[in-house]
Amino acid sequence: MNSPRSAWLFLAPALVVLGVFFLLPVLAALILSLTDYDLYALADLRNLRFVGLGNYWELLHRPLFWSALGHTLYFVAVGVPLSMGASLGAALLLNSPLAAAKPLFRTALFAPVVTTVVAVAVIWRYLFNTRYGMANYVLGLIGIQPVDWLGDPHWAMPTIIAFAVWKNFGYNMIIFLAGLQAIPPELYEAARIDGASPWRQFRHITLPMLRPTMLMVGILTVSGYFQLFAEPYVMTEGGPLQSTVSVLYLMYDEGFKWWNLGSASAVAFLLFLLMFAVTVLLLKLSRRGEAP
Amino acid sequence: MTPRLAKALVNGLLLGMAAVALFPLLWMLSVSFMAPGEASALPPPLLPQHPSWANYRELFLRAGMGRYLLNSVLVASAITALSLVFNLMAGYAFAKLRFAGRERLFRALLGALVIPAQVAMLPLFLLLKYAGLVNSYAGVVAPALASVFGIFLVRQYARGIPDELLEAARIDGAGEWRIFMRIVLPLLQPIIVTLAIFSFLAAWNDFMWPLIVLTGQEHYTLPIGLASLAREHAQDSELMMAGSVVTVLPVLALFLALQRYYLQGLLLGSVKG
Repeated sequence: MNSPRSAWLFLAPALVVLGVFFLLPVLAALILSLTDYDLYALADLRNLRFVGLGNYWELLHRPLFWSALGHTLYFVAVGVPLSMGASLGAALLLNSPLAAAKPLFRTALFAPVVTTVVAVAVIWRYLFNTRYGMANYVLGLIGIQPVDWLGDPHWAMPTIIAFAVWKNFGYNMIIFLAGLQAIPPELYEAARIDGASPWRQFRHITLPMLRPTMLMVGILTVSGYFQLFAEPYVMTEGGPLQSTVSVLYLMYDEGFKWWNLGSASAVAFLLFLLMFAVTVLLLKLSRRGEAP
Repeated sequence: MTPRLAKALVNGLLLGMAAVALFPLLWMLSVSFMAPGEASALPPPLLPQHPSWANYRELFLRAGMGRYLLNSVLVASAITALSLVFNLMAGYAFAKLRFAGRERLFRALLGALVIPAQVAMLPLFLLLKYAGLVNSYAGVVAPALASVFGIFLVRQYARGIPDELLEAARIDGAGEWRIFMRIVLPLLQPIIVTLAIFSFLAAWNDFMWPLIVLTGQEHYTLPIGLASLAREHAQDSELMMAGSVVTVLPVLALFLALQRYYLQGLLLGSVKG
């Protein structure tokens, strides 16, 4: 048996780092969100005042907060299903016994995941350029008028969603692929003997067996998509007409552009509460679906 | 549907998806060798007329890309090496060493994963500001020195080490540190490679925190430098594509070389549920 002291010595470095650079700041953020910490307090701490829930109250009355929340929810509600659909589709194709050169395709489809968001966002900015972009050129060939992808408030968020799906679908594809490979082949064998069509096999074997994987992937993807920041920062700078300002973008601007660190902390906490509520909701819904 | 048609359909769809996945990356590579302004034409050219290294020369000689590259290499290597040591020690302790409250502490750590990292960023900035670490390499490296995900990954893997092996070494009089170095680390080798690639890629691609804590150009990492160049040189697509190549190529090459370990880690890390 080891002595408890030696165990704590092994744990100490990591626990100190997590405590000082994560746990402590999270607690401090809660306190910070209850103060009016701003540029004056940054210069001299004596200017700091306790304002209770004032920051939260103010945010709930600010149109920009609600529109940032709306844009983020739009991104999550449309982006997550599209992203998971693409992942599942790719995984099904890769898992098909008919597919050739599987390792090669898997690597190609996964490649966007390991790239740097900023660098590939810059590429997409040019591919979706209104005048010279490849996207409009290809659409022009089939007679569609050029779209101002990143300059039109109606199209900027869909373009960012398309980008996010392209960048991320490979990650969940790998997880789905492992889930598909874990389904016992006998199940399909039996279904084929009973004369079930491929579509029915998918509905009654693949989807139910993939359920736990779907739930986990869904929760992780939702919480990832709530943290939208770098894409609008590089592709649109929050524009046009603030149509791509996400909650984190608002937090960044509020905190590090205007130095309202108190109110920015309140934004961060509201986002956290929302993410937590959505995760709990997803878990509840999945449990209810299991009952019948 | 005939089997041959089905086969053509499956492979055709895969080919189409692979083309969509790779096209932007190949286009970036091609445009990075074009002359200034060449890509802004209709129809958009696919290949450079006279390929040249001019954009890369411009980037490294005038735009300070060499400095950003060096910063990225330094920061990502430091984070990888140091966090590897911290996470390996803690993950091993959670898997194999006995102490009061082990399971409870570990569950608390996993529970902390629901808190998004951005919540901590504002006070962390103030903490580092009062410590004089804003706009320094240490400001980027220090908060990344340990991660719950890394500890989790090591713990999962280290649980497979047989207790008898460790007990035998203890009976022979070996100290805990010696056991860790001589017996445990060699057994953990595959997960060390996996964790190293994960940490390196995450550190290299990280954007929001370096953007906040690095306020001066001399400390910019590649993503921050590229984002600031993209705002200055919005019209120079050829130059920007060369910048993207420099940023993306190292991580893409690393992934291709060590793909097996990376995908294995991805699956190990996703079973937590």
